[in-house]
Amino acid sequence: MKVIKIDKEEWAKGVLALADTWQIFGPAKEKDYHEFKILGKGELPDLNFQNTRLSPKNMVFPQSEDMLEYTLDETKQDHHIMKEVKKDYPRVAVIGIRPCDARAISLVKMNFDTQEYKEPYWLKKYESAIFVGVACDNPHSTCFCTTAGCGPYNEEGLDVLLVDADADYLVKPLTEKGEKLLQAAGWQNESGDQSIIESKKSLAEAKIVTQVVTDKLKDRKLLDLHAADFWEDISFACINCGACAYICPTCWCFDIQDEVHWKSGKRIRNWDSCMFPLFTLHTTGHNPRGTKVQRVRQRFMHKLKYFVDKYEKGIMCAGCGRCVRQCPVNIDIRKVCNLMNNWG
Amino acid sequence: MLEYINKIREIAERALREKKVDMVIGFRKGTMPMMNEPCFIKNPDQVESLVWDSNCGINLANYLTDRTEKIAVIAKGCDSRSIVTHITENKIKRDQLFIIGVPCKGMIDKRKVASETALRNKGEIDKVTEVSGKVIVNVDETETSFDRTDVLQQNCALCIHRNPVIYDELAGDLVEEQKVADRYEDVRKIESMSLDEKQNYFKELLSSCIRCYACKNACPLCYCPTCFVDEAKPQWLGKGQEPVDIQTFHFLRAYHCAGRCTDCGACERACPVGINMRILTRKLEKDSLEQFGWESGLSLEKRPPLDTWNSEDPDDFIK
Amino acid sequence: MQNPYLPYPVRIDDIIIETEDKNLKTFKFVFLNKGDEEKFSYNPGQFAELSIPGKGEIPIGIASSPVEKGFVKFTVFKAGVVTSYLHTMKKGDIMGIRGPLGNSYPWDVMEGKNIFIIGGGFAFTTLRSSIVYMLDPANRDKFGNIDVVYGARTPGMLLYKDELIAWEKRDDINMHLTIDTEAPNWNYHVGMGPGIAEKVGPKGDSNTYAIACGPPIMIKFTLPVLEKLGFSPDKTILSLENRMKCGIGMCGRCGIGKELVCKDGPVFTLSEIQSTPREY
Repeated sequence: MKVIKIDKEEWAKGVLALADTWQIFGPAKEKDYHEFKILGKGELPDLNFQNTRLSPKNMVFPQSEDMLEYTLDETKQDHHIMKEVKKDYPRVAVIGIRPCDARAISLVKMNFDTQEYKEPYWLKKYESAIFVGVACDNPHSTCFCTTAGCGPYNEEGLDVLLVDADADYLVKPLTEKGEKLLQAAGWQNESGDQSIIESKKSLAEAKIVTQVVTDKLKDRKLLDLHAADFWEDISFACINCGACAYICPTCWCFDIQDEVHWKSGKRIRNWDSCMFPLFTLHTTGHNPRGTKVQRVRQRFMHKLKYFVDKYEKGIMCAGCGRCVRQCPVNIDIRKVCNLMNNWG
Repeated sequence: MLEYINKIREIAERALREKKVDMVIGFRKGTMPMMNEPCFIKNPDQVESLVWDSNCGINLANYLTDRTEKIAVIAKGCDSRSIVTHITENKIKRDQLFIIGVPCKGMIDKRKVASETALRNKGEIDKVTEVSGKVIVNVDETETSFDRTDVLQQNCALCIHRNPVIYDELAGDLVEEQKVADRYEDVRKIESMSLDEKQNYFKELLSSCIRCYACKNACPLCYCPTCFVDEAKPQWLGKGQEPVDIQTFHFLRAYHCAGRCTDCGACERACPVGINMRILTRKLEKDSLEQFGWESGLSLEKRPPLDTWNSEDPDDFIK
Repeated sequence: MQNPYLPYPVRIDDIIIETEDKNLKTFKFVFLNKGDEEKFSYNPGQFAELSIPGKGEIPIGIASSPVEKGFVKFTVFKAGVVTSYLHTMKKGDIMGIRGPLGNSYPWDVMEGKNIFIIGGGFAFTTLRSSIVYMLDPANRDKFGNIDVVYGARTPGMLLYKDELIAWEKRDDINMHLTIDTEAPNWNYHVGMGPGIAEKVGPKGDSNTYAIACGPPIMIKFTLPVLEKLGFSPDKTILSLENRMKCGIGMCGRCGIGKELVCKDGPVFTLSEIQSTPREY
């Protein structure tokens, strides 16, 4: 197991070198929070954070993505014929992504990369990206990654894992892509000690103070959970905004809109949320999920039951805790998960 | 204000037991520091789960519209004025409601507490408690203490209607109303900006908006079955991240609240990215006051200015 | 990789107003690019997204049959933004079609079996596709008896009237057309679809499949009839509708329980529907 050791100076030099080949997408401090953004030349990712306010999912899945374009000008030869928007897909190094967000991206990939259909925009962005994760030594009290199929040192979805060992960084390449990145950064000193990583991992995992129980979710009958009597109580506070779905790294629902300016137009993919009343509204006015309790139940059933039944990947949640911290009315997925697991 | 909870529980228990109401809408303890979760109870045995403290900033009138039951609701000054607006707008009937009035001393701003604490102590806030007018914040082993009045939400610091204007029973004695010299100092600052400065200011203000609509949905007055942002025939504005669409949403929503907004601050509280959109609604509140002498939600008898015409209405815009 | 959002460009070749209230039109499309028609090869029961640049897309069942070459047909009801605009379009206009999407009726399982089709109102589109497919000389031998009950409010609201009358005269298919109340010059049944189905329908046995397609109210009253006739839930086939956008199982909008109506459906057996939540 190769573990590279670099000091903080080599780190800075390496990131600078990487910027020649990759755009660097990393966390930056904005007022009281950290957010992911494309960093300027010479700017280093600020790794002094617990987690960003919004997830880095907008790197592969931007909030608003132009997909197709067309002209409505009937004097043009190709009027009303839709074309794919030509885009560049520059190589992007996502440096500073937490293991929970990386696992979330692999979960979302299952939606956009199927046997029958491949989502071209999401996949092209994903393939042009390389993920350098930063292990979590100081998890938040709302982090429950260890019981959500993940952990503060989890390697799923990452090409490289970076561990902060005080004076140095320990860098672990996980894939071929990761190896190439280390070469490009000039990080080759293989004197890193794997056992340090192991012991820091145990320390970090012990710091996770909150858990969810998911062992019985698969066995619970879908229709029984759906008919459970706790949904009314759980859903009362919900204001049906899109905050939870938008900040959640594993939520992927989207809307498709045509926007026209004068005679030219675009077909755009925007984030959407099952929480909005409009989400399932038919043109006839019929709405299968017209009430708040149906919509709130849908979100939790999808994440904690339908996804569990459909794929063998556990719950559709990486335990990042953002929704717990940001929900305007403090609806807590940990509480709902435990209620669902222990129901019946 | 913390002492209100016993009275609130007692009133709620009595109202349910005597079958005066079918349900009580209030708050229960949240799972995060400085957060409480709106909840309902239907059983008098459940009143112990109700809480009341300085983290009850969400406007519970939001949960009343179009309900058909008899409801007891806990209402601070601003909430009670929203209820008056609801009754005036026929969204709920007065005789459906049993209002437990709370003379409010203000709610604390969790973002302000967090950022002030971060200046003094690095680390996650473990616990926030309130004792005798002081807000005590625990970060690991350290404790930081603030004067309550220094960390209030801005709308509470400027509030001149802390006592409920309509209620069936009070949870505590009425409090003295604050005297605020100029409630609109920050609005005036922006009014005096040049057009370019204003454009930049609003662009900056709304730059992090993710169109989650938490602000709109937390607002008790935004109850349209189909909001203008969701209209399709015709479509009013785009749903993406175009700055013009984002600004249109916020400006138009503020206009739709003109003469109705009671500055409860639920919108700013709800916003996950901390946008101070109250600057827009307060501009319109100031205009309502200066042009029509109107403060919303104070009277069940008077019709709001956008409902009525009066020969004294300002008409200097007619050139 | 083929971009699944990119529609095949098509031209409107013909428009027929199907019903007396003019709210239903059948559009005949031809593909602009050679080779697209073959890429669009489909089976009866599938749907496609009709794509109008600048307006949006609508998921509509394919009314033409794979045995009909050179064009595709869709019957569209005027309801919302996109359908209303489509109804104003003319012959020669250009738009797009994405598809075929969804699963089709289970033709492999239904081979060698008797088929009982019950349709109502303007949900008859994919049923037309199915009937034309089965009656084609190349396919007729693959199926046993074919019984059809198709009802509408008035004669003027029936779709594909000329074809219905032609099928009624054939002896290799039992057509039962019905309207809700008496009308002049009407020579067929009178009465609601489910009631007629109970009277004339074949018994449900291991050799017979029932396909029901119609508005929710019709389905509601047809299911007990099918049960009475002896059709088991796994031999009762339904086609669901739901609000859709992507049509390729990614945007999450049309999900019911574990199923996505655009990808795992729209065709489901009754037993599959009975094990999902009633959110459709």
